[in-house]
Amino acid sequence: MKVLMFGWEFPPHISGGLGTACYGLTRAMAQQDLEIIFIVPRTWGDEETELMDVVGANHVPVSVRKYIFNEEAVSSETNIQYVEIDSNIIPYVTTEEYYNIINKRSSSSKQLQKYYQTEQSDTIDFEGGYGTNLIKEVADYAYVAREIAQKFEFDIIHSHDWLTYDAGIAAKEVSKKPLVIHVHATEFDRSGMHVNQVVYDIERRGMHGADAVITVSNLTRSTVIKHYGIDESKITTVYNGVDNVQLSTPREFVKNTDDKIVTFLGRITFQKGPEYFIEAAAKVLQRKKNVKFVMAGSGDMLEKMMWRASELGISENFYFTGFLRGDDVIHMLSISDVYVMPSVSEPFGISPLEAMRSNVPVIISKQSGVSEILKHAIKIDFWDVDSMADAIYGIVSYQGLDSMFKTFVKSEVDSIKWDSAAIKVKQIYQETLSKA
Amino acid sequence: MRHICLHFQIHQPFMLRTYRFFDIGLDHYYYDDFSNKSNIFQVAKDSYIPMNKLLLETIKKQKNKFKVSFSISGSALEQFELYTPEVIESFQELAQTGKVEFTAQPYSHSLVSIKSEEEFTKQVQRHSDKIQELFGTKPSVFHNTHFIYSNYIGELILNMGYKGVIAEGAKHILGWKSPNFMYCNANNPKLKILLRNYKLSDDIALRFSQKTWDQWPLTSKKITEWINQFPKDEEIINLCMDYETFGVYQTKSSGIFDFMKDLPKTIIADTDFSFSTPSDIIKKAQPVSVLSVPNNTSNADEERDLSAWLGNNLQLEAFNALYKNIELIHTVSDSEIIQDWYRLQSSDNFYNMSTKFFADGGSPLKRNPYSTPYEAFINFMNIVGDFNERVKKAPKIIEEAQLSPQEINEAIAKHTAALEQLVELKKKKKK
Repeated sequence: MKVLMFGWEFPPHISGGLGTACYGLTRAMAQQDLEIIFIVPRTWGDEETELMDVVGANHVPVSVRKYIFNEEAVSSETNIQYVEIDSNIIPYVTTEEYYNIINKRSSSSKQLQKYYQTEQSDTIDFEGGYGTNLIKEVADYAYVAREIAQKFEFDIIHSHDWLTYDAGIAAKEVSKKPLVIHVHATEFDRSGMHVNQVVYDIERRGMHGADAVITVSNLTRSTVIKHYGIDESKITTVYNGVDNVQLSTPREFVKNTDDKIVTFLGRITFQKGPEYFIEAAAKVLQRKKNVKFVMAGSGDMLEKMMWRASELGISENFYFTGFLRGDDVIHMLSISDVYVMPSVSEPFGISPLEAMRSNVPVIISKQSGVSEILKHAIKIDFWDVDSMADAIYGIVSYQGLDSMFKTFVKSEVDSIKWDSAAIKVKQIYQETLSKA
Repeated sequence: MRHICLHFQIHQPFMLRTYRFFDIGLDHYYYDDFSNKSNIFQVAKDSYIPMNKLLLETIKKQKNKFKVSFSISGSALEQFELYTPEVIESFQELAQTGKVEFTAQPYSHSLVSIKSEEEFTKQVQRHSDKIQELFGTKPSVFHNTHFIYSNYIGELILNMGYKGVIAEGAKHILGWKSPNFMYCNANNPKLKILLRNYKLSDDIALRFSQKTWDQWPLTSKKITEWINQFPKDEEIINLCMDYETFGVYQTKSSGIFDFMKDLPKTIIADTDFSFSTPSDIIKKAQPVSVLSVPNNTSNADEERDLSAWLGNNLQLEAFNALYKNIELIHTVSDSEIIQDWYRLQSSDNFYNMSTKFFADGGSPLKRNPYSTPYEAFINFMNIVGDFNERVKKAPKIIEEAQLSPQEINEAIAKHTAALEQLVELKKKKKK
């Protein structure tokens, strides 16, 4: 079976959860005898250009090359065609942010930095030249997708998140092949109640146009049913997996303090609930002084959070690290005693799994998809600051908890594999094809 | 003579309220009154009241031929007194027939029998006193929390003056032996052991309404047939069940009450078994052999050991945290502290921290107010933290006992003066 997949960047340019998920899933799918033509928007400036091949009537530069997975587990025979398209499509930002980034880049480099620190790359190049409107980009991308769909042979189309839905639909129209939409997040997760109508319409169009919809959790599945009016029978939940730790230079991290470290790691935005973490920290610090709280990451609420920490008078025990990348993330996690993910809305939420991989106990909000599959985690409502504080206090105070987590956490996270996700995706393909 | 014994267990713990670490040292109230009250109301209405009525009618109808026995925990009795005194009254009515026996247990359904001989003895005595106070009889047979038993525990029980004990007829202690005999303790044969026939007991308690069971539906006729097929020398059948089997585990609509109405009649008419209480059996029957139980057994799960309560690190830490001041507590006289001490020891508090449910989905019959063992643990540890602080600060009996007569007089004078001042103050405030 051959799959035309509209996805997001592979290493070395992994910029967040979506890229990690695409990479993990695709690699596991390759082991399931699936051939994949992987299409990615190419926003970076440093890719090799020798492989570039020009296709399409509108002279869109497209580079086609073979992607070789490093792992021995994936045989080198596996055929993954990796297709990059020059485009300014950037995941994880809202249209407003995108507008700011593209238009104000000369006037407000500071702001730019703020957004782009969150994206784990300092090599982003905005000189794409395809216009300054993200919605227009999406339309352009769909146009390119149409060209690509004519050029390649495939059996089924798979699109990851809203920016590629239109591309999927365009490819479907040209090829008459079935379309599978993979929902990693919805506009409701990204924007709370301030939903952007244009984005919502694109999402809705994609979901209705798709032959099958994959959601990353039952939480997202119910959002898709409730807010987008999609038939339940069309939607299947496929939980993400998690990969092993990939340190660029393997080493042991040593914690240099006797104090307990409680960590929040993620974008400091409304969606991630950083303010609840600060309030809980203040409650714990009223009773216990030998605890340090770390808020790692960056985002539009960072300044507000710093003000709030000093307002509460806890700055002495509350640290802001700014954005962490690569090994620093693993370093931060491995010296942590507790990891907290108080997300207001988290379709899946891979970061607690990464913490658990480093043997760290996790406290996660019930409003996260990952809470549906984790047993050995403390689950709280994101707004329930008292419960959160109590859980933090419990883990740093009572030894039994620590040793229990050490016993179970690692083995639990090791059991959450991409392989089972890939098998399920393959089943969905087969079912969809048999219906078509 | 062949005996059949119906023995019902009732235990209701004081469920704990959500107790945050910032309550430590500030708030000393630990219980979820609302949940406790509504739980007792519900169970009394669905099970205890109708079932007591049914048993009372059966006793009256069958004259001398029908008897039952109960094991009711102190914390259940306390809650009946608090919320549903009519339940106490209906048990008293049953007690007055003279056909009902009450067995002894550690007062608050605790696991203390494996921890401290002194405290174990105290708690059993407290329970025995409570039974005597309410029902006018002194228990002579013992039934430990969740049937926990070993040779050693048996010896302790005998030393307290009990003649018999009811234990689980677990396969791993019986081997080829049958539970349908009376045995005696391996360390001291004076203690008689009655064993729960778990197959027959669970047929009623767990499988009665299970439509996938090949013996469904269970009728009293069917049970009678099974009993009649037992070898003639097997002379004792102990059916031990949670009392909530009737009306809660097996709901009224399953027909459980009709079944229980019918069962005594059919057994009396169609078998040579007669209904007896545990102490009747111990008086009349002869033990067939010694039963050695070197390790603690219980009636829990497949393993029939203590792993449901003390199987993981959380449970062990919580257990040790609660019992670490046990010597000190024995010197405290504050009645509120003593009351909390008993309530906190309830085995349920440790059961809620079990990780075993993760594997088997947990027993559907057990209520667990916590969604994970971790939450149960944190809440309990916060409470124990506060409790232990109170124990440390509380006035100790020993300190006062060491005072000389003159010092006692001084203390009395000092406290009397303080009291007078307070009375004065109160008068002034009123004006």
